[in-house]
Amino acid sequence: MSFDVLISQFLGGLSVAMLLFLVASGLTLIFGVAKVFNFAHGSFYMLGAYFSFQAINLFNNFWIGALAGAIGAGLIGMVLEICFIRRISGREEEGAFQILLTYAFILIIDDGVKFIWGPAYKTISKPESLAGALTVGPVTIPTYNLFIILLGLVIVVTAWYVLSRTRMGKIIQAASTDTQMVGMLGVNVSLVMSLLFGVATAMGGLAGAMAAPLRTIAPGTGVEIIIDSLIVVVIGGLGNFWGALFAAILIGEVNAFGILWLPQWASLLSFAVMIVVLIFKSKGLFTREQGRKKI
Amino acid sequence: MDEILKVQNLHSYYGKSHILFGVEFSVNKGETFCLMGRNGAGKTTTFKSIVMLVPPKVGKVLLNGREINGLKPYQAARLGLGLVPEDRRIFGDLSVKDNLLLGTSSERKGYWDLAKIYTYFPILLEYQDQLGGNLSGGEQQMLTIARTLMGNPDILLLDEPTEGLSPVMVKVLKDLVLKLKELGTTILLSEQNIKFCMAVADRLVIIDKGHIVYEADVETFRADEDIKKKYLAV
Repeated sequence: MSFDVLISQFLGGLSVAMLLFLVASGLTLIFGVAKVFNFAHGSFYMLGAYFSFQAINLFNNFWIGALAGAIGAGLIGMVLEICFIRRISGREEEGAFQILLTYAFILIIDDGVKFIWGPAYKTISKPESLAGALTVGPVTIPTYNLFIILLGLVIVVTAWYVLSRTRMGKIIQAASTDTQMVGMLGVNVSLVMSLLFGVATAMGGLAGAMAAPLRTIAPGTGVEIIIDSLIVVVIGGLGNFWGALFAAILIGEVNAFGILWLPQWASLLSFAVMIVVLIFKSKGLFTREQGRKKI
Repeated sequence: MDEILKVQNLHSYYGKSHILFGVEFSVNKGETFCLMGRNGAGKTTTFKSIVMLVPPKVGKVLLNGREINGLKPYQAARLGLGLVPEDRRIFGDLSVKDNLLLGTSSERKGYWDLAKIYTYFPILLEYQDQLGGNLSGGEQQMLTIARTLMGNPDILLLDEPTEGLSPVMVKVLKDLVLKLKELGTTILLSEQNIKFCMAVADRLVIIDKGHIVYEADVETFRADEDIKKKYLAV
């Protein structure tokens, strides 16, 4: 196999990984800090794609579409947190309620999307400025994929900065170990949780908007992405932000090279990786012992 | 005397279990007031009810004359209640300094800032970049008190601070509480360590099975061997 194929396959895998990371990191962050397992997280990815489709139809501008995808998904995420998810927090059967409630969100959002946009597939095109391909020596890469990788890196660096260098980041870290104590120090934890939920679902929405030109927009895509995100989150360690980054890259690359070398097995490979990880590290690769989480 | 904290006829429940039965006392500005009682007598529940973690079903909590029933714990903290919980609850993944800085979340200005804390707690300056989780039990107790002081509370609620500390650390803690008293800090302390309570408190009440059964100043209590045997002997 030639070097240029390897490189272009690697970069393709990386762009898929970044989209996956945008969804999975939000999922893991919500779980790690708010202790909410948001089964409907993939639905915000789908909503992001639809919002972006709608905004592009209205304004004929891809970037307004991307922004609309992120902001729209984030706003709906916040509304659902404030109106529903917050109400069940602290109950004895909270875990079961969370699954029921967020599963209901999946069904409602899927039907809502069909109701508004119909069941037919929608497509949007890449922005003209990123429609071409970049050729470096023997390697040719779609510019749009490079852009997604770059965007992913920008978000990784921003997230690192916010989580480890700002006061809000310290509050989020502290809340992931002891929400109640953070409140007793005078922090309005409910507000922090709503904002966190908003940012996490906005990241999912952005991923949906960014993935839309590469994939189709259809009801049910939220469920597909949530399965991949779950694999990522489980491999990285539930609640572990950096674990999600590593696992997203791992799964993105395993799929990219799997299709090359074991095409008939490709769809099983991510599950195989997850099973191997779970056999050796049942709490995921990056979870420290005693269940303490590092974001 | 200015009453900083007044607790009136407090009844609190965990689910259906009735834990506090009409708890009443008040703490004046600048005094150290001790809530004494055995394990399970209701000390921690009283503290949790005051800071609205376990909101009382009946009764009132007045802070500086203002009723705070119905507020969220973070709002109570912003109004000047500073709880140091018995299980310390430092943020193990954050540095000592970050733990302290989170203490300012109530956005209250006053005597305490990072520089003052480091003068009174030199050990925290030394370990400021270490993770909170790496400190010893006694050091964590200092950190959790310092973290609450950073919020400049009107009243410091110390829930069983000597629990699990070595005799040397108990002595350090006693000296610290006495220093805080000199600074005019109002302190509500819960304890079952009689010696510690008598060394630092001005007045005290004894709580037993959720009822306040005794109230006195510390000198009267010192002389009253019967009451110590009846409610506090182990």
